[in-house]
Amino acid sequence: MSPPLLEVHNLSKVFRLEDREVPALLEVSFDVSVGECLAIVGESGAGKTTVANLILGVYPPSSGDILMHGAPLPPRRRREHRRAIQLVQQNPLSTLNPKRTVGASLRLALDVHRIGERQERPEIVATLLEEVGLPADFARRYPAALSGGQRQRVAVARALACRSELVVLDEPTSSLDVLVQARVLRLLEELRPRRGLTYLFITHDLSVVRNFADRVAVFEKGRLIEIGVTEALFAAPEHPYTRRLISAVPVVTREEEAMRDALAEGEFRP
Amino acid sequence: MTVPTLDIRDLRLGFRTYEAYVEVLHGISLTIRPGERVALVGESGSGKSVTARIVLGLLQLLRSARISGSVVFEGRDLDRMSARERSRLRGTRMTMVFQDPTSSLNPVYRIGTQFHEVLRRAEPRISEAAARERAAQMLMEVSIDDPDRVFESYAFQLSGGMNQRVMIAMALANEPALLIADEPGTALDVTVQAQTLKLMRELVEHHHTSVLFISHNLGVVREFADRVYVIYKGRIVEEGPCASVFERPGHAYTRALMAAVPRITGGGLPDIGDEPRDFSEPLVVHAAGGGAP
Repeated sequence: MSPPLLEVHNLSKVFRLEDREVPALLEVSFDVSVGECLAIVGESGAGKTTVANLILGVYPPSSGDILMHGAPLPPRRRREHRRAIQLVQQNPLSTLNPKRTVGASLRLALDVHRIGERQERPEIVATLLEEVGLPADFARRYPAALSGGQRQRVAVARALACRSELVVLDEPTSSLDVLVQARVLRLLEELRPRRGLTYLFITHDLSVVRNFADRVAVFEKGRLIEIGVTEALFAAPEHPYTRRLISAVPVVTREEEAMRDALAEGEFRP
Repeated sequence: MTVPTLDIRDLRLGFRTYEAYVEVLHGISLTIRPGERVALVGESGSGKSVTARIVLGLLQLLRSARISGSVVFEGRDLDRMSARERSRLRGTRMTMVFQDPTSSLNPVYRIGTQFHEVLRRAEPRISEAAARERAAQMLMEVSIDDPDRVFESYAFQLSGGMNQRVMIAMALANEPALLIADEPGTALDVTVQAQTLKLMRELVEHHHTSVLFISHNLGVVREFADRVYVIYKGRIVEEGPCASVFERPGHAYTRALMAAVPRITGGGLPDIGDEPRDFSEPLVVHAAGGGAP
């Protein structure tokens, strides 16, 4: 059997401030198979973003290893790793350069990672836009002239541009309206098998996780407290914190309410 | 019949720009009875927040804003009041809780000082000691057990959830008739948000305060409000008791909104089609008893 796409072993991160140390992540281990979507959920301070940043190589871990295809990722990432692991952030307005057209932003990713022949690159840009459901003439637009959903599609296209393998989705739809969110999530769901992508989906929105991720890893205060297949984890969450998290989700139907209340009661059962 | 706390009739708002006149509210009507929790739910740009700003009398100060229709607060037409009279209502008879509590509190004053200022608005001669006592009592009501520590703190020294509770305590301290809550708790973690909403619900019930609750989050609205108005592109498209609207959404837009929310019980991602639609059907009103529209 081929090794998982990503393996994380005993990963810890301690931030050293002037007067104290802040342990952000404590001895976390998990892996992500090729083609899988693993959700990382938790509240602020849980360590979600620290995990993402460690995997992206923003900063080195204090201890522990990260392996990709069975080989350790070096603290200073090589171009190859930077290409293979891409990030889609919450706020696309802050991640897209406002002074670059959409086409130029996508083109830059192709140039940096030397994807395709020079003369084919404009063609690739057009194909990328089509893949994320945007008209080809959007290449000439600036981010300011796009809606939130369209911008997020551009951010996704840029992650695709590098022929990435692992896409870290950090709250990709949290700033979008619910109708727009539904469409962007659909797009991401379709792209995963079509492009052979693997997702690390970081979010606090459990309703989305329930319908989007294959597996869920629940973090609390820097620790991984529960991990499992989405359906099973939601049906019978074991850790009290997971139950608390699920029972705090605002819901829109009676059916959901019944499920949630049953979980909340379970918390008090001996 | 009792006088409604807030009665908005055919409210229109437009802005004069260099190129043209743009209308953003096309005749909103909305009523909140005493003690009622009413939600105005819609997407960004639908007109929720500008409606709140008109109720607060803030948009009236903007020269480019053209406002027509009537906003009657406790039987008094806002339009017939001077800017000064409207200003006097703010922070006393009508108060507000904002989305991000940490940035709504003044970063350079201690909580105690800010709380005193809030109380002085309703009672200019209130003494330091009396203000402190009243503030402590309010903080206890929002389950802050050590008010003294909070009074001595700056907003950045408290957690988001604490700041939100401080804001709620401040907003209710002058016993307002109307509390306007604009996306409260959206910036908070889910468990903290759930606690905050529960707390706010209990408090307004206890004080018999009317609430205009502005949100884009259908789930949160369902938890909090008695009645809901759905706003789409500056028009109310559906209104009724929460239970009825959520059980039997009648307008195509409300149905689309409901369909777009992923369910915690599973069933896959919502499929709402790729083409943005335009929802132009007429208003759907649910009967007060909760019957089908």
